[in-house]
Amino acid sequence: MPEFKLLGQKPTRQGFGEGLVVLGERYENVVVLGGDITESVMTSLFRDRFPDRFFSIGVAEQNATTIAVGLALSGKIPFFASYGTFCAFRNADQLRISVCYNFVNVKIGGGHAGISVGPDGATHQALEEIAVIRTLPNMTLVVPCDYMETKKATIAIGEIWGPAYVRFGRASVPWFTTEETPFQLGRAEIFREGNDVAIIACGSMVWQALLAADELAKRGISARVINNHTIKPMDIETIVTAARECGAVVTAEEHQIHGGMGSAVAEVLAKNCPVPIEFVGVRDTFGGSGDPDELLEKFGLTWRQIYAAALVAIERRDKGSTGLRRVTDVPGIHSLDGRGG
Amino acid sequence: MKVENLRIVFSPTVYENRRRRPEEFAEIAREIRRDIIKMLVLAGSGHSGGPLGCADIHAVLFFGGYMRYRPKEPWWVGRDRYVLSAGHLCPVLYATLARAGFFPIEELRTLRKFGSRLQGHPGRDMGLPGIETSTASLGQGISIAVGMALSDKWLDRNDRRVFALTGDGELQEGSVWEAAMAAAHYRLDNLCWIVDNNDCQIDGRVHDVMSIYPLDKKFDAFGFAVLECDGHNYAELMACFDQFLENHRRSIGKPTVIIAHTKMGRGVSFMEDDYRWHGKPPTPEQALKALQELEDPYIAVIEPIEA
Repeated sequence: MPEFKLLGQKPTRQGFGEGLVVLGERYENVVVLGGDITESVMTSLFRDRFPDRFFSIGVAEQNATTIAVGLALSGKIPFFASYGTFCAFRNADQLRISVCYNFVNVKIGGGHAGISVGPDGATHQALEEIAVIRTLPNMTLVVPCDYMETKKATIAIGEIWGPAYVRFGRASVPWFTTEETPFQLGRAEIFREGNDVAIIACGSMVWQALLAADELAKRGISARVINNHTIKPMDIETIVTAARECGAVVTAEEHQIHGGMGSAVAEVLAKNCPVPIEFVGVRDTFGGSGDPDELLEKFGLTWRQIYAAALVAIERRDKGSTGLRRVTDVPGIHSLDGRGG
Repeated sequence: MKVENLRIVFSPTVYENRRRRPEEFAEIAREIRRDIIKMLVLAGSGHSGGPLGCADIHAVLFFGGYMRYRPKEPWWVGRDRYVLSAGHLCPVLYATLARAGFFPIEELRTLRKFGSRLQGHPGRDMGLPGIETSTASLGQGISIAVGMALSDKWLDRNDRRVFALTGDGELQEGSVWEAAMAAAHYRLDNLCWIVDNNDCQIDGRVHDVMSIYPLDKKFDAFGFAVLECDGHNYAELMACFDQFLENHRRSIGKPTVIIAHTKMGRGVSFMEDDYRWHGKPPTPEQALKALQELEDPYIAVIEPIEA
């Protein structure tokens, strides 16, 4: 069981940029398409290192996605990166037909994910890509938890065959995994053992889940923390085992609750091991401008909401509750809807 | 009349891809048109007008020695590639590929049927030889072709060529012009973009639904070498493809567009230049008449044998 300590603060997009450079060194058929925001999503690192394998496509995400398809059909491994709002939404039709139905080796890097984008505001805070991307057949979707894992995930999707999407953010966030931390596509990692409640998180919420588990431990509650980085294909066994052994589940993601990672977990558990699930995420609303920390607080995306949700999930389990009630009795926490969005 | 009352026979003729005199294409194009009618009446659904309208373009491109391909080695790495961006025109491509020997001609009978490799719109997942990519969401195929040409010219630096055909209504999709911009920006002189300009789309005349004109000036402004022709005149089509090959050979640093003026439904009198034939198949009676006009040697009305 890995022990985690804070190594610093780093943006996950840097892991993406560095991962691309590693892929470029390993494989000469890795190419990158730029969508004008190359510094921002850090494809600039690849561009500066391998200028002959970098093509600027301009502000034209639909075209970039389908040009990538043409490159893939020519034996290349093309990566196109932009903000998630543009490379999962504006090009959704291209992803559906030309990438996924066509089943070609196109990779998408979706940046500026989550509310922590900050001052740019709602238009640029991608909160719905998981829902869109995970419905696409043939697609692999990874939401890594920190800088180092984003680097590993980027390399990993470059080394599998088929359409894949890696989601990362803009802001500096806790960096706590190392080269040695286990990472394998399609396998959820147990980051902390526990049997009272399972906290299943992805992206930046994994660190928050670890913080919540620390606090829960102070109350004598042992929380299992699972880093569920691969949303598709999901590690059903680890998820179901956790539900069976803990009997109560909390999911946490910097994404809309509707259709997100938590929804995917619920689909798995409804079929295989129905237990109370509480969902921490954005509740059917758009973001807004502000400092990342202010926004995470306002939209309920910190360890405190996970902590409260864990208590609710445990209570529902112990009382055999259906969950059709409001929960307002968690001290010091603003009220949460027990139905989970 | 039911389709079972028609004797539908596909001729076994496979055509070579070689330099030809213009008049030689007439019979090949007629064969493709007969195939289209037969496929559609058997399928009971699909697009009639567009495929008939670009039969001549396909006859010249695939059987005039312009494209390099090996039907028995369909994924040969040296091949030129063809992307049918207007994927709904696929009956003409299926017929052309079958006549070139990519797959058995009898397979044309399976168009749009369950489990067929001849999907209602081209699907790469079915592994049909000659289908380079899935297309049909309009506008996407041309960007894919740009990506292919980009790879050939600037990464693999080979002498392969990419041909792509879009409809004219398709040019209303904004991403098409993103593709045009990129093709010119990267000086893709290995890209030959054919516009099937029949001025018809589902809702009516293209110039009424949403005008795309003037096309020549638009492509010229985007940085293309612009060629225009009567898309049913074999000598003019040949001149255009010859010019493209010359543009490629000389590395003119510009993509080539061929604006081919065509008539939807060409070759069948009651379909010609009528946009209502965009998306429907002929009835058995109409198929009979069409095949008689197209001088099909097999067509006849028969009494089906009772089971």
